Amino acid sequence: MARMKFLCDADRCIECNACVTACKNEHDVPWGINRRRVVTINDGKPGERSVSMACMHCTDAPCAAVCPVDCFYTTADAVVLHSKDLCIGCGYCFYACPFGAPQYPRVANFGSRGKMDKCTFCAAGPEADSTEAEYAKYGANRLAEGKLPLCAEMCSTKSLLAGDGEIIAAIYKERVTQRGYGSGAWGWQTAYRETVEV
Amino acid sequence: MRIWSLGRLIPPAVAAFILAIGLVVVPAGAQEGSGSNPTAQAVSERQLLDELNKVQGRVSIPDRKAATLQQPQGRDYQGFHERALPWIGGIAIGGMLLVLFLFYFIRGRIRTQAGESGVRILRFNALERLAHWTTAVAFIVLAITGLNFVFGKRLLMPLIGPEAFSTWTVWAKYAHDFVAWAFMLGVLVMLVLWVWDNLPDRYDANWLKKAGGMFDRSNRTHPPAARFNTGQKLIFWAVVLGGISLSVSGIFLLFPFVFTDVNGMQMAQYVHAAVGVIMVAVIIAHIYIGTLGMEGAYDAMGSGTVDLNWAKEHHSAWVEKQQAKADGRVPPHNATEPAE
Repeated sequence: MARMKFLCDADRCIECNACVTACKNEHDVPWGINRRRVVTINDGKPGERSVSMACMHCTDAPCAAVCPVDCFYTTADAVVLHSKDLCIGCGYCFYACPFGAPQYPRVANFGSRGKMDKCTFCAAGPEADSTEAEYAKYGANRLAEGKLPLCAEMCSTKSLLAGDGEIIAAIYKERVTQRGYGSGAWGWQTAYRETVEV
Repeated sequence: MRIWSLGRLIPPAVAAFILAIGLVVVPAGAQEGSGSNPTAQAVSERQLLDELNKVQGRVSIPDRKAATLQQPQGRDYQGFHERALPWIGGIAIGGMLLVLFLFYFIRGRIRTQAGESGVRILRFNALERLAHWTTAVAFIVLAITGLNFVFGKRLLMPLIGPEAFSTWTVWAKYAHDFVAWAFMLGVLVMLVLWVWDNLPDRYDANWLKKAGGMFDRSNRTHPPAARFNTGQKLIFWAVVLGGISLSVSGIFLLFPFVFTDVNGMQMAQYVHAAVGVIMVAVIIAHIYIGTLGMEGAYDAMGSGTVDLNWAKEHHSAWVEKQQAKADGRVPPHNATEPAE
């Protein structure tokens, strides 16, 4: 089985936000929820870089560890998913997530949150694959159709890579070798406790 | 001749000008030339993490939290929440239960040595009892629902299954969020009602030296105490200080990201959870000594009155003052004149 990962080649990202839009559209994500976002570091200064970030589907995922109702599970492809039927909206996963991935619809008082929503690596949730119930809660299940996450698939500069960790790391390494530079695999050390050495 | 000499002068001037421009332009051109490194000035993740401990930038969405690209402190929070906290809680609460079990086994129930006199005096009025029981009931609800967040998935979920446990935990969360306000009010009222009687006094040193007579199995040691003995004062200040830290950190958690960022929220959790489990251990000891551990103690907060002999044994200075007040005398311990 593959070990699914994301890799954003920051030297290619042009902050077009198409990955964000594609994600919102593909999964019908409601207002105020962003499963994916583009963060620009040193905006407007020399050396500015943009990184597209969503759930990194960590190894030993902190969100899954701290969840008080154990609503997370990891698929055979190492995708970190959760059950909205079990989630209680406590918000612990947001405190634990190094990448700010978990999102909550705002409901009622005292900052109480609705059920958490996050990037599913286009693999949806625990419901039966590609059903209406699954789509309503978690969005499309592209993995079940043999497709990779849409954000990476339609990235115009092929900055965002999604797929088996070894394959995307090899693609990135080849790029870096050919062009002679690369600012690294952002977030990999924190998420996977290993990085792409070139 | 003149023109010729001017003509001779121009080429060196032009040459110098071109050279001067060249000196400025060439190094800049070298940077932009082919085969150069356009990432020479680029931000590096490792450098940002080394210098700032996290990576922050700008986002084009209203959610300010989203501008934090990476906060590896989430891994520390995971470590606290899943390793340190269950151990702190387990040792504090389990340890306290063990100590109390041993204490009961060795010392037994602390009886009133002189037996009951039949005369009862008022110890806590209705307002004091209301404040106490509001806080007490709220604390028990908060303790059970709070411990559920730490130990529930480890102890309860395997018994009742994930669905039932999730349903119970949703309700536990709401109970925790709403009952918290009653607890905060109760702590404040108790602080106002009892702060004067809980300041250190002349009896404390002696009481501590004798450990309040708790370890005298003959039950003859009763160091004098005013309205609250030193042990009770320690409970009072533990409740006030612990209650205030729980309240402040709890308000941070009730209004997420209103007062602080994600690292501040983690800090609020560290304080809230650690103080919470320690307070549970402290209150277990308080409940023990106020009910099973000591004969006659529960009446003080139950009916509000205590037996005179109980009061004389445990709060001798307070009884003298109360009786003096009732008789219209100047209480002996506050006398400005020497006693006769």
